[in-house]
Amino acid sequence: MNVKLLVQDLEFAYISTPVLTGMCLKVPPGTLVSIVGPNGSGKSTLLKCIDRILKPQQGMVAIDGRDLVQLKRIELAKQISYVPQSSVRIFPHSVFDVILMGRRPHLGWTSSGEDEERVWDVIDLLGIEDIALAPFTELSGGQQQKVLIARALVQETDVMLLDEPTSNLDIWHQLDVMTIIAGLVAERGITAIMAVHDLNMAARFSDQIIMMKGGIIHAAGSPWEVLTPRHIADVYDVEAQVQRQDDETPLVVPMRQIGGNGGRLAY
Amino acid sequence: MSSDYEPHSEAAQQHRELRKERLEAVRKEHKRLIGRKVVFLAFIIGLIVFAVGFIITLGPLEITIPQVYETLLARFLPDFFTMDEVFEQVVWNIRFPRIIGGIFAGFGLGICGCVMQAVLKNPLASPFTLGISSGAHFGVAIAAVFGVAVLGGPYLLIANAFAFAMLCSIFIVSLSVLKGATSETLILAGIAINYLFSSLSQLMAYFASDEQLRLMTVWGMGDLSAFSWSKFGIFFVIFGVCVPILWWKAQDLNLMTIGDDSAKSLGVEANHVRIITMMVASVLVATIVCFTGTIGFVGLVAPHVARMLIGADHRILIPASGILGAFLLIGSDAVAMNIISPTIIPTGIMTALLGVPFFLYLILKGKRKEFWQ
Repeated sequence: MNVKLLVQDLEFAYISTPVLTGMCLKVPPGTLVSIVGPNGSGKSTLLKCIDRILKPQQGMVAIDGRDLVQLKRIELAKQISYVPQSSVRIFPHSVFDVILMGRRPHLGWTSSGEDEERVWDVIDLLGIEDIALAPFTELSGGQQQKVLIARALVQETDVMLLDEPTSNLDIWHQLDVMTIIAGLVAERGITAIMAVHDLNMAARFSDQIIMMKGGIIHAAGSPWEVLTPRHIADVYDVEAQVQRQDDETPLVVPMRQIGGNGGRLAY
Repeated sequence: MSSDYEPHSEAAQQHRELRKERLEAVRKEHKRLIGRKVVFLAFIIGLIVFAVGFIITLGPLEITIPQVYETLLARFLPDFFTMDEVFEQVVWNIRFPRIIGGIFAGFGLGICGCVMQAVLKNPLASPFTLGISSGAHFGVAIAAVFGVAVLGGPYLLIANAFAFAMLCSIFIVSLSVLKGATSETLILAGIAINYLFSSLSQLMAYFASDEQLRLMTVWGMGDLSAFSWSKFGIFFVIFGVCVPILWWKAQDLNLMTIGDDSAKSLGVEANHVRIITMMVASVLVATIVCFTGTIGFVGLVAPHVARMLIGADHRILIPASGILGAFLLIGSDAVAMNIISPTIIPTGIMTALLGVPFFLYLILKGKRKEFWQ
């Protein structure tokens, strides 16, 4: 198998609480991989460890067979881009300036005309010219997410990590953002790894799904292989039905919690 | 590029044309905005130069603005300009050092406020939120109560103020190095340190004699009268080192304001940048504060005003904050010197008295409702 991104034996712990243990991944180029799992299962931590935003205690991350651990952060930023769930919004940078920040790994103190051209190209590609000069602080959640994706795009990396890009968005914007991501994978050959809560969104758009629980991989494979009632029960403690939709993707319908107190309020 | 997905109908064609036009318009507007920022920067530099000339004319000596410039230029180009001896004495030896000192102090405080707000991602950060000034004040209190009478001379005050200001910032920075403290922790620790040193200063004040108490109080009000030509050497050196370092980090600061995770993923070693810039800014502030006393407001307000006027790009914001800080300080000082002449009101008091209403006006009038978000 042709491997774009390789993660081997990745371990991460906060002080003494292990979050990731013995994490191994092989991601082929040009695929969209969704990481699903309950809250606190280590999805975001995994993404942050791959991009060394958090420093893993052990393990290796490699792109095209090249170990990234020794790379300087600025070199790493040319290999992997990261779209955070949200961004600190205190100071009124313009949308253009926020996207231009994505060129940081490629530029020095000043930005060249070429860098700005790239930014305009991406603004055109995502159709966000109307907000290009607006302050980033005044955007809606959906617009913000698009701008953060645009910023990752001008970084021009082969691998893009996205941390719950559709959380906090309405269904129109969820589809909008997911279509953009899937389009980038299909048309530009980007390898995207995305932490996501919505199992149906993952089923519909991903090539592969990784299901995590307690810092380890519980199941991995195609949406049909991973999104089974059995796996969902094991990982989420939820009884679910999985239906086949017209477009052959699975549809997960959560029915009831397993255990818990059956919906009664606990006094 | 998105046009590839669209059908080749006439409507789609039209839509593409329209979008192309819109993009062109936005790009033009963007160019215009950048041009405007550069013009604005040039304008406030011009304003400072004018203000220097104007402020020097204020006072009992009759002198016009052109005469001021002539006197100043004669110093550097004696072949082309002449100067009157009285003018030289008053302009060059008395009024000019005070203004230059004010420009240095305001510029430095404005820049430091700007940098600290960026790396701590907090609009309330300023050189004084982090306890630096109360540390310096305590240093002065110690010198006033225990030292001055023994050793004499004002240099003990300055040295003590500097030492304690640095002590505070070293504590804050080591906290972030050792414990990997977040920006919130740093601000809280700074406020705590502020209280600690304020209480210690009050304790000193409680036991101080009237003369010592007066020295401490006056210092706490902030004043520009300590400046003379002999003291600028150290300023030139420290500013010459610190300011370029901070400006050089402008791009990294831009990224730091959007969050450490994003900054790291874009190749910035966020923690290193925070430590370096905080240390450099602290040295700058300590140098200023030990000469001027507490002039706190400039460092908080100048970056905010600059940001409202020219946006958040630190490559322009840093110099603009500095220049506006300098302008605010020498402007207030001019009023303080002349409003009830011959009595001179301490600069720090006047800076806040004039600056606060102006700042409130900007906040209330501002279109950006999310300003304090």
